[in-house]
Amino acid sequence: MNAFHAKYQTEIEQILAKYPPERKRSAVMPLLFLAQRDDNYISPNELADIAEILEMSVTDVASVVGFYTLFYDQHEGRYRIQVCTDLPCALRGAETFFEALCKELGVSSGGTTPDGLFTIEEVKCLAACHRAPVFQVQGDGEIAYYENQTAETALQVIAALREKAVQEARSREGAA
Amino acid sequence: MSDQVYLLLRHREIPDLDRLEVYRQNEGFQGFEKALQMKPADVVQQVKDSGLRGRGGAGFPTGLKWSFLPNNLWPHYVVANADESEPGTFKDREILERNPLQFLEGLMIACYAVQANTGYIYLRGEFWQIAAWLDEKIAELEQAGLLGDRILGTDYSLRLYTHLGAGAYICGEETALLESLEGKLGQPRLRPPFPAVEGLYGKPTVINNVETLSNLPVILGKGNSFYRQYGTDRSPGTKIFCLSGRVNRPGNYELPLGRTFRELIYEHGGGILEDGKIKAIMSAGASSTLIVADEKALDTPMTYEMTDALGAPLGSASVIILDETVDMKWLVHKTVSFFRHESCGKCTPCREGTYWMNHITRRLNSGQPNPEDVELLVDVAREIQGKCLCALGEFSTMAVLSGIEKFRSDFNGS
Ligand SMILES: Cc1cc2nc3c(=O)[nH]c(=O)nc-3n(C[C@H](O)[C@H](O)[C@H](O)COP(=O)(O)O)c2cc1C
Ligand code: FES
Repeated sequence: MNAFHAKYQTEIEQILAKYPPERKRSAVMPLLFLAQRDDNYISPNELADIAEILEMSVTDVASVVGFYTLFYDQHEGRYRIQVCTDLPCALRGAETFFEALCKELGVSSGGTTPDGLFTIEEVKCLAACHRAPVFQVQGDGEIAYYENQTAETALQVIAALREKAVQEARSREGAA
Repeated sequence: MSDQVYLLLRHREIPDLDRLEVYRQNEGFQGFEKALQMKPADVVQQVKDSGLRGRGGAGFPTGLKWSFLPNNLWPHYVVANADESEPGTFKDREILERNPLQFLEGLMIACYAVQANTGYIYLRGEFWQIAAWLDEKIAELEQAGLLGDRILGTDYSLRLYTHLGAGAYICGEETALLESLEGKLGQPRLRPPFPAVEGLYGKPTVINNVETLSNLPVILGKGNSFYRQYGTDRSPGTKIFCLSGRVNRPGNYELPLGRTFRELIYEHGGGILEDGKIKAIMSAGASSTLIVADEKALDTPMTYEMTDALGAPLGSASVIILDETVDMKWLVHKTVSFFRHESCGKCTPCREGTYWMNHITRRLNSGQPNPEDVELLVDVAREIQGKCLCALGEFSTMAVLSGIEKFRSDFNGS
């Protein structure tokens, strides 16, 4: 059993049980989400371990990572702030909202804040067009929606996440 | 004001409908229980007779689709399409979040009708919380003996599983969805064979949209004469219209098929933002042909057949409203950049065509276009049409060609 398998053994078994035993490959996306849980990115080791569990080649798993936009093989912000600027939202001020947010955070589209916590990006429709402006936060293995936003409310969400990260760092130091 | 009719969005009238005991007190699982007493072929026939058409975009008759599954190839699978990624579409999400048991009951009826013992729910990756929520509901149903082995004392067994996508519009297309569920890149398959014969893992498979499936408990539970009192002969039932864009009250509105655009936009949607003037309607999200919002269009009943007559399919009924503030060359760049981003890259005309259309529409909006850009754009769009494995390429040309044709002055002098 490789390191990734050992780390998430129960969950991996649960995921594999969803698919016919001879169709293990179906589990590749759920396992990639699992790999992203701790640091929002898939490391080369995790990639190799997943390939081994599913009896796929590493290249095959890597191509899946490359195809789907919610998988990352680069280490960026712990939290990805993904603002929808697609047509219906843009008709209700989403582009202005996005620019204001970038300005407040001092980063441009696709950039990461200096503390390494937040990467801000524009995304396509999130199925929340009636509640524009809207963004989602992808991080800590979860995806959460924030709807009917203003720059002020968005900054509060970001401040709360930052506070959480600071608290965690403190308690880690305390434990050490 | 004509009221909405809640056959699907029943949670708006019944608090806590997402709780199993409340759902059961409100006719929940009566449709499924009735189905279990019927021969599977009779369930298929009843759904055929109900006239239900697919709510995922194509409007294909649901019962007919089920009847294509061969009975000499097993197992059969049912896959619920919860990818909901067309810009302007947010109806399946409301059903899944607020009335999940009606959706699950519908999926269970579909599984029984084609005798599938396994059903998958393919959700867009962003619906991460919804997937966890459905997993909880599925576990409750297993506890209650409504899912699992030998359901309610019959010899029918069924298990349901959620599966998350990871950010790819193309995975809403049914064959790309199946590829993705098999752990591959989400790229469409060549047809035939159709999924009804060779679908998931090469086995006969039904793929239905979340809203389509959510109609089934009503059809089985209350019968076809009840169901058919809503809508028209060729478009029976209610439909959830996702209203977005330049209106005062964007949102989901469940209306019998056959109500007019005018009613949707002005009565339910509260009219145009800032008392503006309506310019155009997109009835099927970013994939729409642009409809000039004249009196005739506004008075058109929203059914599958009538919008076809306007030259614009109803699709998933994602109605985006555009007013006089919207410049069509900006709009066309928005839709094209979406399709350029979402093209899976498999077919050259779509991959290259969306790339070039994105390039040209950007230049059109830059203030420094080339004189022949509009004609070039039309040529590129025409080159994509009819040449791809799936409809994405086609979709990418709809707003472009209709926009230039119907709103030419927005492109002049650009
Ligand atoms: C590019 C593309 C994207 C699609 N996206 C979706 C989607 O997000 N949800 C959906 O239900 N159907 C979508 N469809 C339609 C499906 O291919 C399929 O027709 C539908 O799920 C069938 O279900 P129905 O008969 O219940 O409507 C899409 C089709 C295409 C070509
Ligand atoms: S366009 Fe932004 S959520 Fe749909």
